[in-house]
Amino acid sequence: MTGQPIQSPDDAQFEPSAAERRVVVANQWQLIWWKFRKHRLAMLAGLVTLFLYAVALLAEFFAPYSSGTYSAAHTHMPPPQIHLFQHADAGPRFYPHVKGFKVQVDPDSYKRTYVVDETVAYPIGLFVRGEEYELWGLFTLDLHLIGAAEYGDPVYLLGTDRLGRDVLSRTIYGTRVSMSVGLVGVGLSLLLGVILGGISGYYGGLIDNLIQRAIEILRSLPTIPLWMGLSAAIPLTWPPVRVYFAITVLLSLIGWTALAREVRGRFLSLKTEDFVIAARLDGVRELQIILRHMAPSMTSHIIASVTLAIPGMILAETALSFLGIGLRPPVVSWGVLLQEAQNVRSIATAPWLLFPGIAVVTAVLAMNFLGDGLRDAADPYQA
Amino acid sequence: MIWYIARRIVYLIPTLLIVSMIAFLVIQLPPGDFLASLISKAEETIDQAQVDALRERYGLDEPIYVQYWKWISGIVTRGDFGDSFEWNRPVSDLIWERLGLTMVISLFTLAFVWIVSIPIGIYSAVKKYTIGDYVVTVIGFIGLAIPNFLLALVLMYIAFRYFGQSVGGLFSPDYIDAPWSLDRVLDLLSHLWLPVIILGTAGTAALIRVMRANLLDELSKLYVDAARARGLSELKLLFKYPVRVALNPLVSALAWVFPALVSGSAITSIVLNLQTTGPLLYRSLQAQDMYLAGSLILLVSVLTIIGTLVSDILLAWLDPRIQLQ
Repeated sequence: MTGQPIQSPDDAQFEPSAAERRVVVANQWQLIWWKFRKHRLAMLAGLVTLFLYAVALLAEFFAPYSSGTYSAAHTHMPPPQIHLFQHADAGPRFYPHVKGFKVQVDPDSYKRTYVVDETVAYPIGLFVRGEEYELWGLFTLDLHLIGAAEYGDPVYLLGTDRLGRDVLSRTIYGTRVSMSVGLVGVGLSLLLGVILGGISGYYGGLIDNLIQRAIEILRSLPTIPLWMGLSAAIPLTWPPVRVYFAITVLLSLIGWTALAREVRGRFLSLKTEDFVIAARLDGVRELQIILRHMAPSMTSHIIASVTLAIPGMILAETALSFLGIGLRPPVVSWGVLLQEAQNVRSIATAPWLLFPGIAVVTAVLAMNFLGDGLRDAADPYQA
Repeated sequence: MIWYIARRIVYLIPTLLIVSMIAFLVIQLPPGDFLASLISKAEETIDQAQVDALRERYGLDEPIYVQYWKWISGIVTRGDFGDSFEWNRPVSDLIWERLGLTMVISLFTLAFVWIVSIPIGIYSAVKKYTIGDYVVTVIGFIGLAIPNFLLALVLMYIAFRYFGQSVGGLFSPDYIDAPWSLDRVLDLLSHLWLPVIILGTAGTAALIRVMRANLLDELSKLYVDAARARGLSELKLLFKYPVRVALNPLVSALAWVFPALVSGSAITSIVLNLQTTGPLLYRSLQAQDMYLAGSLILLVSVLTIIGTLVSDILLAWLDPRIQLQ
C-alpha cells in the first residue's frame, strides 16, 4: 500500500510540467527574484548599486590616493588623456600611460595653464602599489585598484582641485558618506514610517485622521527651505560625526511621510484579508498578528519603497552640503565636493570639478530603476 | 462645493499654526538670543535704553510661549515680522518683492511643466513601447535624477563656454534697482526662461510619467473600445474622454509639484543668483539673521500651503466625486 491515488491515463495531461511545478512550490522570495530577474534594466541598476556600495566599503582600495593627499605643485590640473599604446620604432606596444603636463605662466596675467608635455609619459596600471592605508582599521595595505604604476608619479586621472587633491579619489571617498547618508536616513524614516503608518492603518479612526493630517501638513511644506533653516542651527563646533547624524535625522524627520503612506495603505488592504481575520478570531495577540502575520506580506513592498526613498535622501544631502549648510569639510561627500564648483568662474577654470555630480546622477538613476523593478516584482502572485 | 471649500479652509488653520511654530522654532534654535547677536554685530555701541526697548518688544525675558505669541500676533495684526539686524530694516520691507518674484517663477514653471508634460505624456502613452516612448522615458528618468543646482551649473557653464555670456540673475544690470515699469517686466521675462527650464525639468519628468500611466489605464477601458467600434476618429476618441479623465490626477499632482518647485527654487536661485527668497534665506541663515530667516520660511510655507489648497479646490471643481470623500 503506497497510498497513491490510482491515476486514470487521462490525468497525465493535467500533470504540471517540471517548470510549472517549480513555480508552484517556490516560496515568495524565489518568485520575487524570478520576476525581478526578467527586468533587465532593474538588474543592471541593481549591479550598479551593489558596485557603488562596494566602492563605499572599499574606498581606500578603489581610490589611488587618500582623500586628504594634496600636492601644492599640481593645483587645478586637468584630467589627462589616457593612452593605451606607445608608438615605438617596432610599432605600437601596449603601454598604458598618461602624458605629463608642463606649467606655462602667462607673462602678463601670471595665469597658470597646463600644457601637455609629450616627452614625459607616466605609466599607469591596475592593482598598483601606492600609499599605505588601513582597511576598516584591521589590515595595513598599499594595494590600489588603479593609479600610477610607479609610486610618486603625478597621475591624477580626473584632475585635481584647487589644493591639488585628486578628484577621482575624493569622489570615491565621497561615495562612502553620500551612499550611507541615504541608508541611515531611510532607516530612521522607515522606523517612523512603519510605526506611525502602522498605527494609522491598523487602528484607523481618530488617530488615523490625526496622523494623516500631520502627513498632509508635512507634505505641503517646502522641504529645502525648512532643511536649510534647521541645519543652519547645527553648531559649527560639533564634530563631523555628530553633524552627519544630525543631518540624517533632519532628513528623515521630514522624509518619513511617503513610507508611512505606503505602510498605511498596505495595512488597510491586509486588515480585511481572511488570514488576518482568522488569526484574530483564534485570539492571537495584536502585536503578534502584526509581526507574524501581516509584516511578512508587506516586507517586499516596504523594501521597494525604501529603495525609492534613498535617492531623495542622497539628493537632499548633496543639495545641503553643496550650499555649505549640510556636511562640512573635512568630511568628504559628493555635495561637499560640488561646493568647490559653486560658481561659474570655478567651473570655467576647472570643469572636471563637476565629476562628483555624475556620480550623484548615476547613483540616483540606479536606485530609481532598481526601486522600480523591485516594486514591480514585489507582488509576485499578481499577474 | 461651498461646504467642501469651507472644510478645506478649516483644515488650514491647524496647518498654519504648526507651520508658524516650526518657523518660530527656527528663529529660536541658534544659541543666544536675537539681542546678543545684534550687540555683537553692531558697529557702534547700542545704548542700554535701546536694548531694553527691543527686549521688551520681543519679550525676550519672558517664557517662550509669550515670545511666540508676541511674534505671531505682530505678524497677523500689524504685518510686523520683526527687524533684520543685518539690513537694519524691518523684515517686511525686504521680503515682499522677493516673495512676488518667487511666486512669478513658480507659476511660470508650473505652466511650463504642464504645457510640456501633457502632450509628451499623451504621445508616450499612445505610442506605447515605441522608440519615441523609450526616449521620453529615459530622458524623464535622467531629468528626475539630476539635481536642479547641478543642471543650473552645467547650463551656466555651457552658456559661458560656448555662447560667451553669463546667464545669472533675473534682471539686466540696468534694471536691478529700477522701479517697476513695462521695460523692467520685459527684461524679467527675457531672463526667466533659464530658471524656468531648470526648475521645470524634474517636475516635467515626473508628470510625464503620471500622465502616461493614467492615460494607459484609461485607454484600456471598455468604453474606449466601444467608441472605436462605433467608428469614432482616433483623435476624437482620445481627447473626448480618456485625456480628460487622465488629467484629473495631474491636477492633484499640483499639490506636491508646487511645494517641490518652491523648494527647488531655493537652491537654484542661489546658484543662478536670482532675486527670490532663496538667496535671501541663505544669506540670513549664514548671518544668523533669524527674524528674517524665520519669516521667510513662514511665508514660503504659507505660499505652498495656499497653492495646495488652490489645487485641491480646482480638483474638486473638475472632478465632483472628490467632494464626497
